[in-house]
Amino acid sequence: MSHTPPKIVPAKLALRQPRALQDPTWVRWLLTATAVGFISLFICLPLGLVIFQALSKGISTYWSALTQDDTLSAINLTLLVALVTVPLNTVFGVAAAWAITRFDFKGKSLLTTLIDLPFSVSPVISGFIFVLLFGAEGWFGEWLMAHDIKIIFAVPGIILATLFITFPFVARQLIPLMQEMGNQEEEAALSLGASGWKTFWAVTLPNIKWALLYGVLLCNARAMGEFGAVSVVSGHIRGLTNTLPLHVEVNYNDYDVVGAFASASILAALAIVTLILKTALEWKQATR
Amino acid sequence: MSRTSIMPGFRPTISFTLLYLSLVVLIPLSTLVFKSFQLSWEDYLNIITNKRVLSSFRVSFITALVAAGIASFFGFIVAWVLVRYAFIGKRFFHALIDFPFALPTAVAGIVLATIFQPSGFLGKFLMQTFGIQVAFKPLGIVMALIFISIPFIVRTVEPVLLEFESSMEEAGASLGATRWQVFTKIIFPNVFPALLTGFALAFARGVGEYGSVIFIAGNIPYISEIVPLLIVTKLEQFDIEGATAIALTMLVISFLLLLLINVLQYWVRKRSGQL
Repeated sequence: MSHTPPKIVPAKLALRQPRALQDPTWVRWLLTATAVGFISLFICLPLGLVIFQALSKGISTYWSALTQDDTLSAINLTLLVALVTVPLNTVFGVAAAWAITRFDFKGKSLLTTLIDLPFSVSPVISGFIFVLLFGAEGWFGEWLMAHDIKIIFAVPGIILATLFITFPFVARQLIPLMQEMGNQEEEAALSLGASGWKTFWAVTLPNIKWALLYGVLLCNARAMGEFGAVSVVSGHIRGLTNTLPLHVEVNYNDYDVVGAFASASILAALAIVTLILKTALEWKQATR
Repeated sequence: MSRTSIMPGFRPTISFTLLYLSLVVLIPLSTLVFKSFQLSWEDYLNIITNKRVLSSFRVSFITALVAAGIASFFGFIVAWVLVRYAFIGKRFFHALIDFPFALPTAVAGIVLATIFQPSGFLGKFLMQTFGIQVAFKPLGIVMALIFISIPFIVRTVEPVLLEFESSMEEAGASLGATRWQVFTKIIFPNVFPALLTGFALAFARGVGEYGSVIFIAGNIPYISEIVPLLIVTKLEQFDIEGATAIALTMLVISFLLLLLINVLQYWVRKRSGQL
């Protein structure tokens, strides 16, 4: 390719970088040790402790804690909440990304900012606003009471609070990516006569699928793990309105350490699976 | 609307987006503002200037500030080591950085409480060797918030370090700068806006954090009671007015922080020449 002859550099010289470009060896060692020590203390140790505590009284205690009725119903509720909220927020994320990145309109940057809003609201406040809407003293409180509909201290409230908390995840992954991609490929498909849907399925979706999965993954992790917002609206009714994170709290406050850590170990496993898939997806996106 | 609108689907997608945004986010959030209109200015001031409320704000802000600061220092080192050095297990450590993002806060809370409580693995050691008690003190809150802050710092600083042009360092070196001068005069000033953004993100998250803090904090009024917990306490006592006033104050502060973060990020992009 290049026509310039290869430079002949003595091996020793070629390897040696100027001192001002390289950190001294002792600095490297010190910084690496600090970084590894810090991450070990704050991340590896907590991770190891969940597993250790869950199994501290033996596998059979662990297993019986996991298969208690209350634990199983907490697992079911957590799955139900994720099953409702993740698809809704995914559809929203795709629609919002399409509207924002494929068209120009007034107030676009305001809309983008508003979508990110739930990220900057404290989880407790995210739950509280639904109490203000649907609680006994809330806007719709009397009406709901009269019609015997329960939202707060019941499953619908948990779902609403989780919807709010996980609202931005998918949209936030898709918007920058679709912005960067531009719409030439879609315009080409459309001008060749493809329908709008066909264009989306055959052109857009294959391009955004890894980012979409990434968003869904993070959305799901948060939906299953949310604590603060859900804790405000749930009422902590054992076997009825306790999600898995709330079940962890209830057990812990009852000094049932094995029970708390057994439930916690499922959530920690979820976090680890999320991390592994996330790393795999990042790798996929990088090699796309 | 766009001039080159052969793209279909604007009306349905924007209608759905606006409707869903209003139903899930805007209307619920606005209840907080409307509810606070029912309070007179004096009521509001009375609630907010209550000694216990002011203490909780002090505890929340100071612990979040200290934690974000400590996490910034170590997070910068972690990002530096991950970008610039090679060592065994680097990929593993790299993947672990996001663990605090992925781990549900309640789990983080009970784990940290177990480690740092007086009978716990590290709590016992710190107590016996240095006489420091971590759990049920503001220091415990700081520990929990450091854990939460790590990914914010590392993930904001890392891309800037990765894209940093080595030619700038080379120019400095060839003009006779020492390694320390190259770092303090060339590298650090370029990474600083990103570090500050990470700090602000961590701080904003820390002020509102609930799940990971309440187990380790002990929640002693005036000492280790954080603002989000006080909102929950007021709610449990059916003091909706009190909860509303405190929540609104928190919300306004969060939005101001969000604004600040946006300005910082604009600054980062401008400095790195993306604008």
